[in-house]
Amino acid sequence: MQDVPTTWFLLLGAILFTIGAVGVLVRRNILVMLMCIELMMNAVNLTFVALGRELGSLTGQVVVFFTIVVAAVEVTVGLAILIELNRLYQTADVDEVAGLKG
Amino acid sequence: MLHSIWLVIAAPLAGVLLNGLLGRHLGRAFVGLVGVGSVGVSFVVGALALIELGALPAAERSIGVGMWDWITIGSLQVGMTLRADALSLWMVLVVSGVSLLIHLYSVGYMGHEDERMFARFFAYLNLFVASMLLLVLADNYLLLYAGWELVGVCSYLLIGFWFHKGDEEQAPVVLVDGSQVAVPPNLNPPDSGKKAFIVTRFGDFGFALGVFLIWSTFGTLNFTDVFAAAPQVPTATITAITLLLFMGAIGKSAQLPLSVWLPDAMAGPTPVSALIHAATMVTAGVYMVARNHVLYDLAPTSSLVVAIVGAVTALYAATIALVQVDLKRVLAYSTISQLGYMFLAVGVGAYAAGMFHLTTHAFFKALLFLAAGSVMHALHDVIDIRRMGGLRRKMPVTWLTFLVGALALAGFPLTAGFFSKDEILLKAFEFSPWLWAVGLLTALVTALYTFRALIVAFWGQPRDWPLYEKAHESPPIMTAPLAILAILALLGGLLGLPIVFGVPNWLSEWLAPIFAAHAPAEKHMLSVTTEWLLLGISAAVALVGIALAYWLYAQRGDITARLTVTLRPIFVLLINKYYLDDIYNAVFARGGQRLAALLAQGLDKAAIDGIVDGGARLFVRGGAWLTQFEDGHIPHYALGMFVGALVLVAYLVLR
Repeated sequence: MQDVPTTWFLLLGAILFTIGAVGVLVRRNILVMLMCIELMMNAVNLTFVALGRELGSLTGQVVVFFTIVVAAVEVTVGLAILIELNRLYQTADVDEVAGLKG
Repeated sequence: MLHSIWLVIAAPLAGVLLNGLLGRHLGRAFVGLVGVGSVGVSFVVGALALIELGALPAAERSIGVGMWDWITIGSLQVGMTLRADALSLWMVLVVSGVSLLIHLYSVGYMGHEDERMFARFFAYLNLFVASMLLLVLADNYLLLYAGWELVGVCSYLLIGFWFHKGDEEQAPVVLVDGSQVAVPPNLNPPDSGKKAFIVTRFGDFGFALGVFLIWSTFGTLNFTDVFAAAPQVPTATITAITLLLFMGAIGKSAQLPLSVWLPDAMAGPTPVSALIHAATMVTAGVYMVARNHVLYDLAPTSSLVVAIVGAVTALYAATIALVQVDLKRVLAYSTISQLGYMFLAVGVGAYAAGMFHLTTHAFFKALLFLAAGSVMHALHDVIDIRRMGGLRRKMPVTWLTFLVGALALAGFPLTAGFFSKDEILLKAFEFSPWLWAVGLLTALVTALYTFRALIVAFWGQPRDWPLYEKAHESPPIMTAPLAILAILALLGGLLGLPIVFGVPNWLSEWLAPIFAAHAPAEKHMLSVTTEWLLLGISAAVALVGIALAYWLYAQRGDITARLTVTLRPIFVLLINKYYLDDIYNAVFARGGQRLAALLAQGLDKAAIDGIVDGGARLFVRGGAWLTQFEDGHIPHYALGMFVGALVLVAYLVLR
């Protein structure tokens, strides 16, 4: 374990974040978009712990715990919105849901 | 009472609050009671204070009553301070006394108004009395200026009181050769009010500059301090100050060249014309000059200007009064003319004579106006003397009192106007026979126009029978003040009998502590013979004028009619008031309107509105353009967030 360089973790984090970001932008299903957001968050979490290990600081791990809690809350709210949207529009496709405009 | 002299202002002010705020719920009787009663309190307090002051030794007859500090900015300290001395208390008595009678008369005269208008009228009238009393009691220039402007506001409010009325066309004068002469229409009340306010503003501008100059020269605005320091100040500065102050007097007292507003002020209710535009407010200018006599004595040039303006105005206005067809306007021009006399008096240093004429004029001119109002009341607001005639049979009290007023105005021997006018002419003769000659000529014209109006309105046969049949004498509440004023107009002369009569001149002695300390009043250059001679000439001129008027207008109307045709150009000139109104309209009013239109269209509409509207339009259009990006598609919003985050990161990294 000690031999895996920090750069690899950071690279993996960047790749995961990009996949998540592209997923949010291109996918139409709200459920998938939520999953992509989750992916981006975990990419950030990975980066935090990797850097925390590199610098010998506990702060990175502490922040991750916070992020996990916040993510749990966010998912709860996101899923609740999803259910309500589904009830209103009978779909989970974001292109069908375009009521929020000026 | 001397130290609670503030009561004379507080009482009418309380009336303003009561009538102004609650008046329309209180009923006419109560409103009238409050209006008359509050002025009555002022009169009684003023009279008691006068008696108290008279009991003091002459040297101590000046009491300052400080109430509170009004303005304190750096070294500028203006106190809410009143000064009770012989001059101010005499004015208080004249103002509140005449006001009291006119308030009483107004209860009858305004009786046809609905309750709201009735209460409003009395609130305005009381506000005027309070302001005028503040003006005369003020102990410093700023307080005087405050009262000065307040009476101007009241004048504006009361001239435009019947704001719904329009211009009043006047029937043209038909001459015996069949030709017609157009008579300028009477300006409507709201415009007349504005005219009065704006024209006097020109004078007040000078007055304000005068006060500023006093401040920068003396470092104080208190009368006493200024007068004490005045002899050390260069004459040129004093001359500038006095001339600037006199500009205010020219506006307020309707002297040339700012005389044009007063005749139009007749658009207001007649009691207002009597009180404000004859007896009290317009005399504020004379009072102001008398109050500042210390300064005017130090500036002979200014005094000469005052005297000349007064003399010229007196003659100018008297000639116009000769041809007016509107009874109130005859009296208005007569007021301008008589104010000219007063300025002639104070200009030649005869301050006591000026105050004497101010007092008697307040009596007989208020009387004449109220009598004219009584005629209007009887004829349902007809004021054109060409439709009157023979009214003496229908309205005996009004006729008799008007006759007394006319005699006093014409200077009939032994009436109040005779003595006061004669004293002025006497002092003018001492100063310069030329001014005396102008004054004497004016006296002749005065007798002529006064009796022309009297004869045309009350003498002869009715010219408009239906109107005549409806005429009736006014109720006692209106005729009682007329009677009292008539007595005052007859006997007011006793206040200041000529010295040659061998009796003391009471008013001049009363005012002596004020004026004598500075003015060499008692030098008495004229011999007793000359004085008797001048007295005789004045009396003769008045009698000749009255007789001439009787001959011209009552007996030989045919001669007058033919004379009018022969002198047609002069007649046209006079009926158009020397075209002064038209000149002002063409030069100032139209020019001002054109400038205003240019500024409104060019500057305000195009530039200022352009900037404001342009700003609003920018945001409306910008907002409309931006809303197209808010299409409701969540991925688009998300893209925006990512791009934004990218830009931020790029900035942080590349910085």
